[in-house]
Amino acid sequence: MDGWEVVIGLEVHAELATATKLFSGARNEFGGEPNTHVDPVSLGLPGSLPVLNEKAVELAIRVGLALNCVVQASEFARKNYFYPDMPKDFQISQFDQPINGEGWLELPDGRSIGIERAHLEEDTGKSTHVGGGGRIHEAAYSLVDYNRAGVPLIEIVGKPDLRSAEDARAYVSELRAILVTIGASDGKMEEGSMRVDCNVSVRPVGDEELGTRCEVKNINSLRSLGRAIAYESRRQVDLITSGQKIDQQTRHWNEEDGRTHTLRSKEEAFDYRYFPEPDLVPVAPSAEWIDEIRAAMPLLPGERRRRLADESGIHPEAAALTVERGLDDLALAAMDLGAEPARVLVHVENNLADGQGGLTAEAFASLVVMETGGDLTATQAKTVLADLVDSGGDPVDVAAGHGFEAMESSELEGLVGGLITDHPEDWEAFVGGDEGERKKKSGFFVGQIMKATRGQADGRVVNEILERLADGT
Amino acid sequence: MSAVSLAASVRSGGRSARSIVEDHLAAIEAGEDEIHAFNLVMADSALERADRVDAVVAAGGDPGPLAGVPVVLKDNMCTRGVPTTCGSRILDGWRPPYDATVVQRLEVAGAVLVGKTNMDEFAMGSSTENSAFGPTHNPRDTSRVPGGSSGGSAAAVAAGFAPLALGSDTGGSIRQPAALCGVVGVKPTYGAVSRYGLVAFASSLDQIGPFANSVADAALLLEAVAGHDPMDSTSIPAVAPDLLGVLDRGVEGLRVGIIEEISGSGPTGLEGFSPDVQSRLAEAGEALAAAGAIVEKASVPSTVFGLSAYYVIAPAEASSNLARFDGVRFGLRVDAENTVDMNAATRTAGFGDEVKRRIMLGTYALSAGYYDAYYGKSQKVRTLIVEDFARAYESFDLLLSPTAPTTAFPIGEKVDDPMLMYLNDVCTIPSNLAGHPAMSVPFGVGDDGLPVGVQVLAPANGEPSMFRAAAVLEAAAGGAL
Repeated sequence: MDGWEVVIGLEVHAELATATKLFSGARNEFGGEPNTHVDPVSLGLPGSLPVLNEKAVELAIRVGLALNCVVQASEFARKNYFYPDMPKDFQISQFDQPINGEGWLELPDGRSIGIERAHLEEDTGKSTHVGGGGRIHEAAYSLVDYNRAGVPLIEIVGKPDLRSAEDARAYVSELRAILVTIGASDGKMEEGSMRVDCNVSVRPVGDEELGTRCEVKNINSLRSLGRAIAYESRRQVDLITSGQKIDQQTRHWNEEDGRTHTLRSKEEAFDYRYFPEPDLVPVAPSAEWIDEIRAAMPLLPGERRRRLADESGIHPEAAALTVERGLDDLALAAMDLGAEPARVLVHVENNLADGQGGLTAEAFASLVVMETGGDLTATQAKTVLADLVDSGGDPVDVAAGHGFEAMESSELEGLVGGLITDHPEDWEAFVGGDEGERKKKSGFFVGQIMKATRGQADGRVVNEILERLADGT
Repeated sequence: MSAVSLAASVRSGGRSARSIVEDHLAAIEAGEDEIHAFNLVMADSALERADRVDAVVAAGGDPGPLAGVPVVLKDNMCTRGVPTTCGSRILDGWRPPYDATVVQRLEVAGAVLVGKTNMDEFAMGSSTENSAFGPTHNPRDTSRVPGGSSGGSAAAVAAGFAPLALGSDTGGSIRQPAALCGVVGVKPTYGAVSRYGLVAFASSLDQIGPFANSVADAALLLEAVAGHDPMDSTSIPAVAPDLLGVLDRGVEGLRVGIIEEISGSGPTGLEGFSPDVQSRLAEAGEALAAAGAIVEKASVPSTVFGLSAYYVIAPAEASSNLARFDGVRFGLRVDAENTVDMNAATRTAGFGDEVKRRIMLGTYALSAGYYDAYYGKSQKVRTLIVEDFARAYESFDLLLSPTAPTTAFPIGEKVDDPMLMYLNDVCTIPSNLAGHPAMSVPFGVGDDGLPVGVQVLAPANGEPSMFRAAAVLEAAAGGAL
């Protein structure tokens, strides 16, 4: 696809983590026996009326603030179309007056991705079409579960600022991290609480004008997102280079065959007949309320990456994993207590994949101080750390319990001397070699010493002895 | 006997609720075949309920302001476990699992529900001829319509089947049948009475209100059902005003304007008002003036466009509100090859012609490319009407007009001419578009001997002065019928 640029804009639907539905008191909870989390409103029974869930509005405002959006007075509208899993045969959504206007999201690498809007709407139920290949028109019969109907959604419409599948994945990951951090959503794509629709178009590199786009639906994981974009952009380039035109379509991603398929063309698009929802009044959040929500917002992933980077002297992108694991507070506290930042981050990234468990910042800091001070080898430190995570405690006691004591330098010097005698050619190579060769051979000697001492030796001390002996010859 | 005195006698132990209910059930038994006011008479549950009310009194308690008073409900208000049809086949077999807020409030007030009344299908009509279950007859002349769409409720009160009824008014569906049947009918301020459990026709216009034989009885019922309801987002967040307590305050010093454009008396107004209706309106003005009001002509120019705007806005909302009748979850289902065909077959079989006509009108008006020209423009007219009323209410406390252009017309006369039928609501529609209260009070009869109604209009939340004027008109007309 040399010479072509892919342009991607994502529409992300996330279920808001409220206790009840957007317009009624029925429970908002994943799973459950079909049609048990329902009431007259979520079943769309005649005579029922929607009443807006204030918590959902608060969460929507949090999302708006986190995405740097203009939070504004808004209005609900009806989006009319017939489908059996939509109880009223219209969806209450927001149309020309969304609660959150334009904003932006910062990717870990520092690029800003534009946000068009982030509005509130209700979720639909779930249909199961039995027979006929699972499609409504051919099905023998269809079953509907309305547990999900009326669950609050925030639809976050991104601008077409993404340029690759990797960009798209980074955007969705960051958005998910933000939503989880601010408590707006659990962000579980596998449970459908976060769903991604993807607008893809292609254009020759250098062109300013956007190509005709296709919207791809039914993307259920980050992996599918990447695959779908790869397939769809390739398809479009192939069409154009073979002299054909792109038809503006809604397409369906099929996980099994790894392709997108036509769902409907622009001509077949629904006329949703939007009009203001007369059963609800406009939502005009006061400036005081917005300020209150802003004041209660936790630090966002981007801010946390920056904070950690500032403290530890690394690039914000390198702080990503620590923040993603939610261990940045622990790392910062350990650094504050005198632990060496680089060593702290190495442990977080390599040895704390499953979280901190019983590990306290104090224990972590003192472990790292012991390690960098030569009281523990890297291998010993790793073992002690695992114990601290499992069952807490003081690293000094844990190390003593294992019988870990750093070997004396004189003892090590003897071992190194013996090794040199046994491997004269390797020693020659170390002494006379260039930097690469020297490094390689030092690795060999350190490895041998570690083997001989069963990891009790400190690799750095061994290196120091090697250097000193080499300089002395 | 008035609802006010029936409730008083039950509360004081002077009369049992059971005997009151039995009397009304007997009246229904005797007259219902001729009138067809009901889709359902709830004789057994009404008697049980009456006994419960009597038990409260016997135990020294107070069953409430409507103790033992029979009330009937238009059949578009949800009653738990009791069929609610909206006058349509499409709700065949449906029993709501919940009570409308007004039903709960009637229960709390001690009222006894005795039946669900006939109506134009989904409240679309002005004669109750659009019911899937056959027309209701006007008790004053059974060859004539009772008006509509709440014709069953109006007829039930006029026939003495119940002293009180609730109806719903989207463009005049309480006031016009009240006028044609010679009873009092009130459309309260939008949001005064909860719509929760009222099957929607046009959400921004629908409002529940009372029918009664007297202004005082109407006030009694309205007080019982009005007031804020958290289940309805458009409900007014305030305590309902006292009405019974102000009824005898008269109209001394109130400024009352007779709207030229919708009374056939102005140079630019609408036509088609029969002279006897115009005479009664003039006499009503004189009666108010005699009681000390300052009565003058008033102009609310944009009211003449109300009908056109209404027949875009109401069908537009209806096209969306009625989408849920798809055969999936409740009511009628006509089986077909697949779900999509089942939706169409069900709706084709379940809806009557007038409902289909309005769904098509509304769907068209909201369509891409037509929205601005129809729905958008109609909303502008609506705003104009609100502004015109606001201007008029700078000079007047209340406004006056006929309720309907003519007295009750013969069954079948207008059924094939929708436009002629729609014209029945020219006087009542503007109040719905503005969200204002208005009520119809019987004021004499026409040349044909049939009742004429006068409409009293008030600004939002102006019910107290509106009821005061209505009480004066009632007294001048010779007291409660």
